[in-house]
Amino acid sequence: MYEFVSGPLVWIAFIIFIGGSLYRIYYMLAGSKKEKVVFPHMSLEHSVASLVHWVIPFNNQSMRKRPIFTIISFAFHICLIFTPIFLLGHMILLDESLNISWWTLPEGVADWMAIIVIAGCIFFLYRRLTDPVVKNVTDASDYLLLAITALPFITGFIAYHQLFAYKTILIVHILAGELMLIAIPFTRLSHMLFFVFTRSYFGSEQGHVKHSKDW
Amino acid sequence: MKPTIAIREPVVDDALDQAEAKLTPEQIEKVINEVIDKETGGRLWTYVNTCIHCGLCSEACHWFLSNDRDVSFAPVTKIKDTLWVMLKNKGKVDAAFIKRCSQIAHTECNACRRCGMYCPFGIDIAYMILVVRRICAKLEMVPLYLQDTVHSHAATMNQMWVKPDEWIDTLQWQEEEAQGYVPSARLPLEKEGAEIMYSVIGPEPKFLAQLLGNITVIMKVAGCDWTMPATAGWDNSNMAMYSGDFEVMARVERLHHETAQRLKVKKIVMGECGHAFRGAEYDGPTWMGWMKPPIPIVHAIAFYYDLLVSGRIKIAKKVEGPVTSQYPCNVIRNAGLGSKLQYIMNEVCENFVDLIPNDRHAFCCNAGGGTINCGPPWKKIRVQSAKLQSENFKRTGAHTIVTPCHNCHSGVEDIVDKYKLGMHVKFFSELLIEAMEIPEDLQP
Repeated sequence: MYEFVSGPLVWIAFIIFIGGSLYRIYYMLAGSKKEKVVFPHMSLEHSVASLVHWVIPFNNQSMRKRPIFTIISFAFHICLIFTPIFLLGHMILLDESLNISWWTLPEGVADWMAIIVIAGCIFFLYRRLTDPVVKNVTDASDYLLLAITALPFITGFIAYHQLFAYKTILIVHILAGELMLIAIPFTRLSHMLFFVFTRSYFGSEQGHVKHSKDW
Repeated sequence: MKPTIAIREPVVDDALDQAEAKLTPEQIEKVINEVIDKETGGRLWTYVNTCIHCGLCSEACHWFLSNDRDVSFAPVTKIKDTLWVMLKNKGKVDAAFIKRCSQIAHTECNACRRCGMYCPFGIDIAYMILVVRRICAKLEMVPLYLQDTVHSHAATMNQMWVKPDEWIDTLQWQEEEAQGYVPSARLPLEKEGAEIMYSVIGPEPKFLAQLLGNITVIMKVAGCDWTMPATAGWDNSNMAMYSGDFEVMARVERLHHETAQRLKVKKIVMGECGHAFRGAEYDGPTWMGWMKPPIPIVHAIAFYYDLLVSGRIKIAKKVEGPVTSQYPCNVIRNAGLGSKLQYIMNEVCENFVDLIPNDRHAFCCNAGGGTINCGPPWKKIRVQSAKLQSENFKRTGAHTIVTPCHNCHSGVEDIVDKYKLGMHVKFFSELLIEAMEIPEDLQP
């Protein structure tokens, strides 16, 4: 079982993730081409300006208005992306199987980063349950997405600390990671893929076409 | 997902009621799918598949904030209650649902685009609201008064059923009025090859004719080579853009631009109106597949800015006391004229008290986006939902609010009236006329 989920299934998950992402981006671009205005409205300068103002914390009015949300959201997303890529455990596996490796995070730091992701998920869950606006637009898919996101980190944390049933938890952890990879292109987790494009378009429309700004 | 609980006082709008009675589920399904498949593309698809339902847009919306954070007014809720349901059910919805969609999209959203600026992804929620309006319009589910203006556009090419002879007559009357101030002032009709074609919105000849007299004086003092058309095409307003009847919108915009081309002018200068600028500069050209208008369009704010910066108009005596200004969404947030407005206000006023928030972050007057054109049935909720901006005005302590936009002008008058602010509401040109220097050789 372990051999299967940590071998072929990893390959399958990555192929679906990368292939699916490329397909979804292609689908978006093809759909945008159909709308004759989208590409002519795009401008590199204003796309970059918009991205600069929205990937740096507190660099726009919206983020300044909600400091707590901004801090949690940035911490969550940074840890979510960097922990798995720079985790020592992942690197050892990668080194063993493909003989490639890169810099890794100190284990203690990675541990805290996983905790931040889990805490972030709890915060988002709390918002979904309590903020009237968010609650009103939340359905099962939103909870599912939160679960898909949290699970690899919860199981990873348990496995790293070998709290119980190490072998089983490890298998669940790998499966959870693969599930998340597969889910990214085909659920609204795809905001990871589309963020750059939606931001660039709105930034271009506001800046290039409307001579204003979007931050 | 549970339906949103929206508590509203019942409103009688004959057009919506009649449309509800006659629409069939087949028609509705056909139109929704037609619009979604043929008129939208990558944008709508990406927006719907990117929105993570975080609700951050709600903080941007004056409807939400003015109504004690009532969830049913939040931008994301407005999309949930309209497009999400249409997409999920693949167009299988009933007439009562479409009626509610029209109420949300036409009467409870100004398409001011503030929420787009507060969405982390830059999802243009106002664009989606316009898609909903488009579907409603194709199903003839448009509030009565708004649809009447669209009929007027379609029949007369102006918004207010102004007849051709009335138009010319009004211009000549206002030319005479202007000559009371500056005897040599002219309002040149049909002057081919002039530098500027000046265009206005239907309400100017209909009930704000003095504005035409004002511009005649300003043009003379500034020494501008200008003209106005004597034919249809003089009206730059466009309510069809806001109802969702984009065919009529395109006819109006095309005629406006073609009239300017017929007169062989170098640019179109337009009076103080926000939505008209949006239609002529952006929505019209976009629908017709033009990257930009064939002849450049200059909004009054930018025009007055040029006149003041170049010294073609000099200020004799600044307006006294605290004066503030509304920032019309369609020329500030959506056209970047904020700093020019601040400049001309400071030039003409002794004490310009700025709004907070200002510039592109300023709140809508709540009359824009066609909501005021939905008429008396919808006025109560509209003015009630401008509470936030009324507080912002009150804080300035100004005696006059300048509104360089017709929608803002009417909307702010309603705000002043309802919240008893005791402030005057004026167009910028009215202040300019008071403050500017009329050279001796032009005086009577």
